[in-house]
Amino acid sequence: MKKFDKLLIGIAFSPNLKSNIFEAVRLANMFDAELVGVHVGTKSDEKKTALKALLSEANPLKKPFKAIWKEGNPVNVNVILETTISEKIDLLILGAIQKENLFKYYVGSIARKITRKAPCSVLLLIKPSIVRVACKHIVVNGLQEERTEETIKTAFTVSNFLQCNKITIVEEVSQTELHVKVNDDKSLRKANIAKERLSTREDQRVKHILETINNKNITVKTQSIFGKRGYSIGHYAKVKRADLLIMNAPNKLGFFDRIFPHDIEYILSELPTDVLIVK
Amino acid sequence: MAKKNTFKTFLSDIPQNLFSGFVVSLIALPLGLGLALASGAPPISGIIAAIVGGIVVSLIGGSHVTITGPGNGLVVVILAAITTLGDGNMQEGFLFTLAAIVISGIIMIILGFLRMGSLGDFFPGSAIQGMLAAIGIGIFAKQIHVMFGNLNAKGSIIDLLIQIPEGIINLIKTNDLSILYAGSIGIISLLIMIFYSKIRNRYFQLIPAPMWIVVLSVGMYYYFDLVSSSAYPIDKSLLIALPDDILSNFAFPNFSKIYDADFLNAVLAITLIASIESLLSIKAVDKLDPLKRRSNVNKDIRALGLATVISGFLGGLNVVTVIARSSVNVNNKGTNRSANFFHASFLVVFILLFATELRKIPLPALAAILVYTGYKLASPENIKKVFLIGSEQLIIFSITLLTTIVTSLISGIIVGILVTFIIHIIINKNILLFIKNILKPNVLMFKEEGKYYVSVQNFSSFLNYTKLKTKLDQIPESEEAIIDFSLCDFVDHSVMENMNNYSESFTRKGGHFEVIGLDDSKPGSEHPFALRKILPRQITLKEGYLTKRQKSIQNISEEMHWKYDAFSAREMEELPSFGYFKTRKINKVSNVLSNENCTIFDVQFSEGEMIAKQVIKATMLHIHPLKPVPDFTLDREGIFEYILDFAGYTDINIEKHRDFSKRFYLAGKNEEKIRNFFTNELILFFESNKQYHIEASQNGLLVIGHERLSSVKEMKALAYFGMGLQKTI
Repeated sequence: MKKFDKLLIGIAFSPNLKSNIFEAVRLANMFDAELVGVHVGTKSDEKKTALKALLSEANPLKKPFKAIWKEGNPVNVNVILETTISEKIDLLILGAIQKENLFKYYVGSIARKITRKAPCSVLLLIKPSIVRVACKHIVVNGLQEERTEETIKTAFTVSNFLQCNKITIVEEVSQTELHVKVNDDKSLRKANIAKERLSTREDQRVKHILETINNKNITVKTQSIFGKRGYSIGHYAKVKRADLLIMNAPNKLGFFDRIFPHDIEYILSELPTDVLIVK
Repeated sequence: MAKKNTFKTFLSDIPQNLFSGFVVSLIALPLGLGLALASGAPPISGIIAAIVGGIVVSLIGGSHVTITGPGNGLVVVILAAITTLGDGNMQEGFLFTLAAIVISGIIMIILGFLRMGSLGDFFPGSAIQGMLAAIGIGIFAKQIHVMFGNLNAKGSIIDLLIQIPEGIINLIKTNDLSILYAGSIGIISLLIMIFYSKIRNRYFQLIPAPMWIVVLSVGMYYYFDLVSSSAYPIDKSLLIALPDDILSNFAFPNFSKIYDADFLNAVLAITLIASIESLLSIKAVDKLDPLKRRSNVNKDIRALGLATVISGFLGGLNVVTVIARSSVNVNNKGTNRSANFFHASFLVVFILLFATELRKIPLPALAAILVYTGYKLASPENIKKVFLIGSEQLIIFSITLLTTIVTSLISGIIVGILVTFIIHIIINKNILLFIKNILKPNVLMFKEEGKYYVSVQNFSSFLNYTKLKTKLDQIPESEEAIIDFSLCDFVDHSVMENMNNYSESFTRKGGHFEVIGLDDSKPGSEHPFALRKILPRQITLKEGYLTKRQKSIQNISEEMHWKYDAFSAREMEELPSFGYFKTRKINKVSNVLSNENCTIFDVQFSEGEMIAKQVIKATMLHIHPLKPVPDFTLDREGIFEYILDFAGYTDINIEKHRDFSKRFYLAGKNEEKIRNFFTNELILFFESNKQYHIEASQNGLLVIGHERLSSVKEMKALAYFGMGLQKTI
């Protein structure tokens, strides 16, 4: 089970700064964690006072705020990545923006780069807000993978911190696993039997994981969906209007994975909601 | 056990299939001869295709009541192939074309194994219509001259069309008795084709129209031969030529041009048309199948490919699935594949026994059958149908049609696809929508509460329809399916038409298929298949064409004697008083269904602002009770989704009803009043009905099912729940 003790937020003096800071402060308090802010660019008194003013406006932090000022190119992701290592950060918060036009897509691509390389968990916020928007529904992946158990456990921890009461564990079953192609009535029947079997198998697997988790105050639902891995869970989160989507960190991505996006790349290119990637 | 039974039914069905196979063969004979002639091939090649197709596909095919043989669509392509490959020499050209046919058969087998049957869905509906109409015009233009007894008309399709008036004048003025007789037979045959369906005589209808033409023209020969003193007036060149020894005289394909560009072109065109025609026919015939079976398209394509290869080697044309003959098969109670087999067998019998008689059929008689077929393909009714769907469809249709006539089939269909795509871009004024999303898997399907829920996002058009189709094909037609397009910005005509087809086949098999999320879209026209573009949220459609869902809502409202309104101002005023809408901004209330006290409506509201803004559409029920109601919320215990709206209140337990308290989460301000309000009957009512989220305020009760639009069926359930609740209170 992951516990987030040290959070890092990248500070860019953009119109979003206020909401990003507020969101980060709130999260730090909820997780009972330390907050570190890093700014890449020139350090100036102007910026310092602006930041201070913002922090004083926000809820008081339980633990002291640490600001790091680093020289460099703001679009260079390495500085942030280095900081996560040197400061032993558990969770990196990024204020991504829902994809709408090309410019924002570019911003999204930085977030993607960081997510790919970050050594810690990453939280992408698509709608940082000054006033708290309650988190009511968390969707978490239930893929058949080593890391899934850890991810699901983390989801429960997070939902406790966020006072979220509903978790849906989504098992994505890919088409190829069915082994039956639907051609006519007979193969359709076969495919549906195979689907039922797969669904029960997946449910069983998730149930097994759930046995070890204390989930008293939380409504847990499992849902099998059939579609493209990675992409469908985002679509599901969108349809169900989940507030947070929690995913496994991707396996090491090779060259081909960039060209032929899959799994998490889909989510990152089209953030359906806030996304937490657990590493 | 089951196997034996199916075999038994198969055996017991044989007599009726034998009969329908016989009737089909009566049509297949003249059509096969005619189509081959029109293609510029020896007449027997059409019959060979029908015989081989009938035998091979009935043995290894994947469909049930289809009939296979030479197809209409191929006439134009084969004719073009024979002329270009033979450089004017029709005989040689035919041998080269046979080679092309064999290769196209091999390609079809491969396509079948690669499961490319779904490729047929990639072609936009109106473009295919345009192409078929062009084929129809091509057949018509060529054959009408043959029908007038003139075998020498030459030129492009447009030239041929221009020559038609001249052809009529020539026929009237001609001194050649042979041409005059032949032309008259042609015109009479055409009249038979046209008026056949109007004559409702049981005995007359026993023989299909094309066979009447054959019977009458052969009868005329015997009249001159046996009764009349004068000789048969029609020249031998205007009669059908069949080889003397049909069984030994097979033409063999010539593969020497296999590396030519022209050859390749011919192969492509033949394969394209053969697969499209077959796929369309298989789809259409499945809708006619009395036993409601689903054909295995890929298996069928493989069988057709194999049949084409064999047919090509024996000197026959392509084998495709043909809709007209298949429908005759169904009408005559054909129930399984044996009908196709019997149709082939009867053709063998005919050709062996009646070869002499068949040689007496004048070409104009066969041409008349084709003229009628060509007209049917390009009839003004078809054009009108396309126009009704929308003027943009007519543009696509016309451009495809003209390009196909002027150039070739392949360039025609390619232009059709391009034009459709360009028009979609113009309508949306957005090219990125398509480019960015075309490769994305845009369909999500999951099963919830026994219903299949399919959500489609971004856009849905012919470009990515296969993705939707593969999901939909996995739903058994006896189940309930809800297709939600509310995350889609654009839905095109091809998809709408296919949705309608699904809806029909679900209804046929006892299921339920409903499309939701399109009520806010702007359709191209009144037609149910019209393309739909989802409107920017602020604009309200004042008057517009109702979607199918809106129409069904209207229907239920009549059924239940409720009132239907497109909009409601009252709800707009009262809804904000509910806790649920405290943080949500209502944009629009539509599709309002009401009696005196209950109102069901679709509400569109938004959460958050700016980039975090989410627009949600949902169906809700509002009850206006007669007596005041305390403020409370009632939920299934465990669903905490809405609770935050009433934060601070805890679950009120009602001691007497432990089970109720266990299952429901009840919260509110005034505990005392709420306890009084929840009488025994009311609790019993809640316990025995489907659980909804319910909120009460001074303005009444708000009942919410899912936070999405409901299907019409769900709306009905909601209405009955509302009436019951109203009564109990």
